[in-house]
Amino acid sequence: MKMNNDPLLSVKDLRTCFRTTNGLARAVDGISFDIPAGKTLALVGESGCGKSVTALSIMRLIQEPAGYIAGDRIIFQGQDLLKLSKRKMREIRGNRISMIFQEPMTSLNPVMTIGEQIMEVIQLHRGLSKKEALGLAVEMLNQVKIPDPAIRISEYPHQLSGGMKQRVMIAIALSCEPDLLIADEPTTSLDVTVQAQILMLMKELQQKEGTAILLITHDIAVVYEVADYITVMYAGRAIEQAKRSRFFRHACHPYTTRLFESLPSMDKRNEQLSTIPGRVPDPTRYPEGCRFADRCHLAFDRCNKEDPKMRFIEKGHSIACHLENAPAISTATATITRKTEGRATYTSSPLVSVKDLKIYYPIRKGLLKSIVGHVKAVDGIDISIGQGETLALVGESGCGKTTMGRGILRLIDITCGTIHFNNIDIMHISGSKLRRLRKDMQIMFQDPYGSLNPRMMVNQIISEGLISQGIGGNKKERDNIVKELMDQVGLDPGMIHRYPHEFSGGQRQRIGIARFLAVKPKFVVCDEVTSALDVSVQAQILNLLKTLQQREDLSYLFITHNLSVVTYIADLVAVMYLGKIVERGTIREVFDTPGHPYTQALLAASPCIGEDGRKKIFLEGEVPSPVNPPEGCHFHPRCPKVMPGCRKVYPGQYSLSETHSTRCWLYE
Amino acid sequence: MEIKLVFLWTDMLIYLLLLSAIGFAVYSIRFEHLRSPWRQVAHNRLAMVAGFVLFCYIIIGLCDSIHFQERAADEKGQIVKDSQGGIIYKPDVLSVLDILVTSIRENTEDSYSAPLATHSYSMKNITLPDGKQIRTYAKLKYEGKHLFGTDKVGMDVFYRALKGIRTGIVIGTLTTLIMLPFAIMTGIMAGYFKGWVDDLIQYIYTTLSSIPGVLLIASAILMLQVYMDTHADRFENIIIRADTRLFFLCVILGVSSWTGLCRILRGETLKLMEMEYVQASMALGVGHFKILLKHIIPNIMHIVLISVVLDFSGLVLAEAVLSYVGVGVDPTMESWGNMINAARLELAREPIVWWNLAAAFILMFGLVLSANLFADAVRDAFDPRLRTK
Ligand code: SF4
Ligand code: SF4
Repeated sequence: MKMNNDPLLSVKDLRTCFRTTNGLARAVDGISFDIPAGKTLALVGESGCGKSVTALSIMRLIQEPAGYIAGDRIIFQGQDLLKLSKRKMREIRGNRISMIFQEPMTSLNPVMTIGEQIMEVIQLHRGLSKKEALGLAVEMLNQVKIPDPAIRISEYPHQLSGGMKQRVMIAIALSCEPDLLIADEPTTSLDVTVQAQILMLMKELQQKEGTAILLITHDIAVVYEVADYITVMYAGRAIEQAKRSRFFRHACHPYTTRLFESLPSMDKRNEQLSTIPGRVPDPTRYPEGCRFADRCHLAFDRCNKEDPKMRFIEKGHSIACHLENAPAISTATATITRKTEGRATYTSSPLVSVKDLKIYYPIRKGLLKSIVGHVKAVDGIDISIGQGETLALVGESGCGKTTMGRGILRLIDITCGTIHFNNIDIMHISGSKLRRLRKDMQIMFQDPYGSLNPRMMVNQIISEGLISQGIGGNKKERDNIVKELMDQVGLDPGMIHRYPHEFSGGQRQRIGIARFLAVKPKFVVCDEVTSALDVSVQAQILNLLKTLQQREDLSYLFITHNLSVVTYIADLVAVMYLGKIVERGTIREVFDTPGHPYTQALLAASPCIGEDGRKKIFLEGEVPSPVNPPEGCHFHPRCPKVMPGCRKVYPGQYSLSETHSTRCWLYE
Repeated sequence: MEIKLVFLWTDMLIYLLLLSAIGFAVYSIRFEHLRSPWRQVAHNRLAMVAGFVLFCYIIIGLCDSIHFQERAADEKGQIVKDSQGGIIYKPDVLSVLDILVTSIRENTEDSYSAPLATHSYSMKNITLPDGKQIRTYAKLKYEGKHLFGTDKVGMDVFYRALKGIRTGIVIGTLTTLIMLPFAIMTGIMAGYFKGWVDDLIQYIYTTLSSIPGVLLIASAILMLQVYMDTHADRFENIIIRADTRLFFLCVILGVSSWTGLCRILRGETLKLMEMEYVQASMALGVGHFKILLKHIIPNIMHIVLISVVLDFSGLVLAEAVLSYVGVGVDPTMESWGNMINAARLELAREPIVWWNLAAAFILMFGLVLSANLFADAVRDAFDPRLRTK
């Protein structure tokens, strides 16, 4: 075997354990993979499967003595990283192998300028003088496409946006021209348009410098966009490995195929999504046979007894499963004929109708706190939602969609506008009248941790609405209702005396659903309800929401940034940009023939499996601050089709069809 | 022996506190989720030791809070009556603790003696049976019986230090008891209702906290003193006088110390208001009062608990400082502050008398330390985020 055929990094049977109070947790339990120089390997899996621990093990950053690496070897450029002294390892870290993390907010030091932080690394590993390092730092910022690098270099992290910070992180990571870059969920906390920019940037730099990338992600669509090789992890092990081209057509481990099937998409609108029941096994107590056995829909006798080994089923494609002919994924090829279109027209009188809603926050400055301006979070929005309909509100962070959701329910103060619910003007009622009406309008939140009071038991949480609305007589009757509700949302009614921290993220969201179901609402605002969840759990929650909608004839306002969720669940969609709706229409109309340049860019930027020849539109920059939005069309600084007139006046609304309209001068 | 129970103001408050503690205990036994944290505390050995020490202090403090007067009797043990045949009681008010430790209380010497000493600490002129006078270290009446020695007038220091326990506990708990409802109410009201309510409360506490606490306490205590001097007839005896002063000291300490907690609670409430579960219950139409009761208060309770404990220790220590400055408890009252105050002179004399200070210090230290340790364990047990299944 010739030297240059050797992979850059070769991980062999890596094992990393942590000592916990419950016993030894085998977070990574025998994983092997190779990364060739200049290629990208994606490590995919749901939370808790050991992806990040694998990355930290390669960097030898496991917190000792609680954790330790018991594994075999990690060969990097011919040397075993596990055998290196701590000093040698420090030389490699940040120099030959560098890492970027998910949270750009916390991985930069807030009291150092970004220039100092880049130079620190350069000086440490390259032994350059201060002046040379400065020059190099500017060049690095230039490379990661930060505008005006010479000025930006003396800025502090808090002066930069999230996307900019992640660019700085990449600049730091690449400043020593490493051979391997480990990226741990590098785009998860970013907006789609920014995510597309960052992924693009990483790819470009990889081509230029020949850096190999180990990409850790839970998002299969991102994998599709950038990876060359894919390793799927489950319960501390690799369960399927393949090249990209093969993976997306022939992946066949039951876990992988289920993951694919649980991805929401337009094609699956009229079906239930596949879900994976149960949870990832506890790393202190792995089952004896296949670790996926108790969740696997294809499990058979042998699975519970014998641990499947990784075996090749084709050149370059291996799985750990006993099945001889595991069925491959069907989604990439199968198109399901849609039985019914989503309801497109409004029912005669809408359940919720909002006219010209404005929510401004005053900006106060100075000693006397005088108002110097307003943040126009929501700036004149009209929407209406019919009974049983789902309207999706999409947009990037900072566009005002969350404020909008809370405003409709009058959870925050509204500057002006009218809201009618069931033909009742809810802007002008208050006190007990409003409180009684609240039962019909509910909200569900994103954060499964922050949305449940940690000091209340499940039955108290769910029965809160029952009490306040006077449903159910005494405690016993209420407890019975609560049990029934828990059953409905798929929770074990025996758990009613548990506290929220004893539940997983998905279960907590179910509690959130039971809480609003208790008062039998007609309308629910769902605020990013699935974005903190793994795909298989997301599928469960989406299924549940859909079933409930059909049974109870609920209307949803679905606030999200995830477009594939929108295509699955919504009937109508409204795209928001800086406090205004720029385009609205049925799902088909907006997704098939997007009118507004922003919608087009948003669709193009969101990663999507199976659309290779798609034209990419890369947006420059990020969403500007709503404190002083750009003059004229708010989108003009980023718009690829900007015309001179756009800079002066905000465009009016132009209809493209009966239900489809957009606010862009292109359609004048 | 006929006695008359005497109820002092602080006694009543202590009974009230005890009753509510018992009430809370009975209430929590009925609910598993309130019982299990206590079980966890019971598994923590350090906490149990601290709890036991604390328990001893509390028992002593409680024994010292049941006061009574005995009937007056003449030398032959005959009960005396006044001219109309009414009952006369002895002027000194005793407590159950006094009875329990009668032997220590009544074993007085002439003057200083070192801990467990057999002879007096300074030389004395003694007239021998043959009439000769010599100067020597006299034998004590109760040799080796004084654990912490005796003080200037020959009182057992250990007894005085034991009596100081009640004063310490009263200052530490009643002050917080008095200020707590006020601090909690204003703090969460400011954070919850915002707007003008917030402005008003902030205005009040900023103003209050910019007046030096000692000044406020000193002026209040001096005013009280003047009042008590001019209306001496309203206070039957020294104990009642001293107790009134103690009570007002608690009140004024409470008034000057609620601002800190109020400010913290306001901030915490503001933070909690952003929590989604609060918004969810608003969306469910839950009333303000219920939201405060179910969502805000339980989630600030750990802060209250921490600050109560920190305040407890701080207040026990503050009592010492204030008494030292002369605006603390009544100079006739047994308290660690007064003992330390007296020690000021004793440390300056030659040879120095250190046991007054040492006794006060050791007992104070034991109380503060065990309270801190115990409260730490309780707080951890009640925080569901830290709780392990
Ligand atoms: S080995 Fe059995 S249980 Fe495991 S994935 Fe394959 S079929 Fe399922
Ligand atoms: S109005 Fe002009 S700037 Fe705005 S989206 Fe349309 S083309 Fe672009």
